[in-house]
Amino acid sequence: MTSTTATVAVILVLAAGTYAFRLVGPALHGRVTLPARARELPAAGAVVLLVALLATGALTEGGGFAGWARPAGVLVGGALAWRGAPFPVVVLAAAGSAALLRAAGVA
Amino acid sequence: MRSLIRTPMMASLVRDSALVWLASGVVGVSFGAIAVAGGLPLWVPVAMSLVVYAGSAQFSAVGLLLAGGGPLAAAATGLILNTRTAAFSLAVADVLGPGRFARLAGAHLVTDETVAFTLAQPDPARRRAAFWVNGLGLFAAWNTGVLAGALAGTAIGDTATYGLDAAFPAVLVALVLPALRTDRSVRRAALLGAALALAVTPAVPAGVPVLLALAGLVVHGRKGGAA
Repeated sequence: MTSTTATVAVILVLAAGTYAFRLVGPALHGRVTLPARARELPAAGAVVLLVALLATGALTEGGGFAGWARPAGVLVGGALAWRGAPFPVVVLAAAGSAALLRAAGVA
Repeated sequence: MRSLIRTPMMASLVRDSALVWLASGVVGVSFGAIAVAGGLPLWVPVAMSLVVYAGSAQFSAVGLLLAGGGPLAAAATGLILNTRTAAFSLAVADVLGPGRFARLAGAHLVTDETVAFTLAQPDPARRRAAFWVNGLGLFAAWNTGVLAGALAGTAIGDTATYGLDAAFPAVLVALVLPALRTDRSVRRAALLGAALALAVTPAVPAGVPVLLALAGLVVHGRKGGAA
């Protein structure tokens, strides 16, 4: 087990570093004027990151395949979202179908 | 602010945020429980959640501490996972508001969920309200959940039983779908990025695949752009 001092150091380094990353946008905002083409990039970049997060989050766990129940649940939620279902329905259907599949013995 | 809270816009933002808060709160419960059940003192998950406030980085840091991976690896992995918040903070920089305090406090609320929720809103006024409503509520839900889980310890079962691991990707699908449907250039970049991230996942440390996805932006803005 790690010592208390080392644990505090981990928390503080992680907190300071994370806050510094989060401050990049607000700190630069209004100080740098970017050409129109570059102004679109952060929003496009955010969507790219979010899609990569949802793809890896839906399909992988610890570097390997996450099993069938989770991506199946996400697929059900995604299909409902595509058809214009309300947000709560999408989320509950995704979690519910993954839970049902697991209860039925699908990993 | 008081009149703002009563508007229909607020009501719909709160309603749509509520499930994100609930899901995050339950994941927070599991984080607190895992940390304490693994042998860490109660203050570790609680303090970490308040000052780091980033679910995936917290899970990986605590996992490495418990597995004896060492403090250096725990901090480094968490930081790699959180580099993406720099890109997210750029995307929401203009919705935080003009004041110095709003920018300093708002920066701490930049998370995957809140950024996705904010960018899914149709106009600037709604985006600003969405960021603060969703962000403050999520901060409260996450930290309350972690405290509850740390107090309950091992009494909590596996949250995968309830399918919560499928809820988070589904939340993101629902939130990015409008952008993917309307903007062909962003769609191409996002699909290429996700394919890259999935391809390298087995081979590289956690957090790196999502960063590599940004390489998908090379096809952004080419001819045939916005549809």
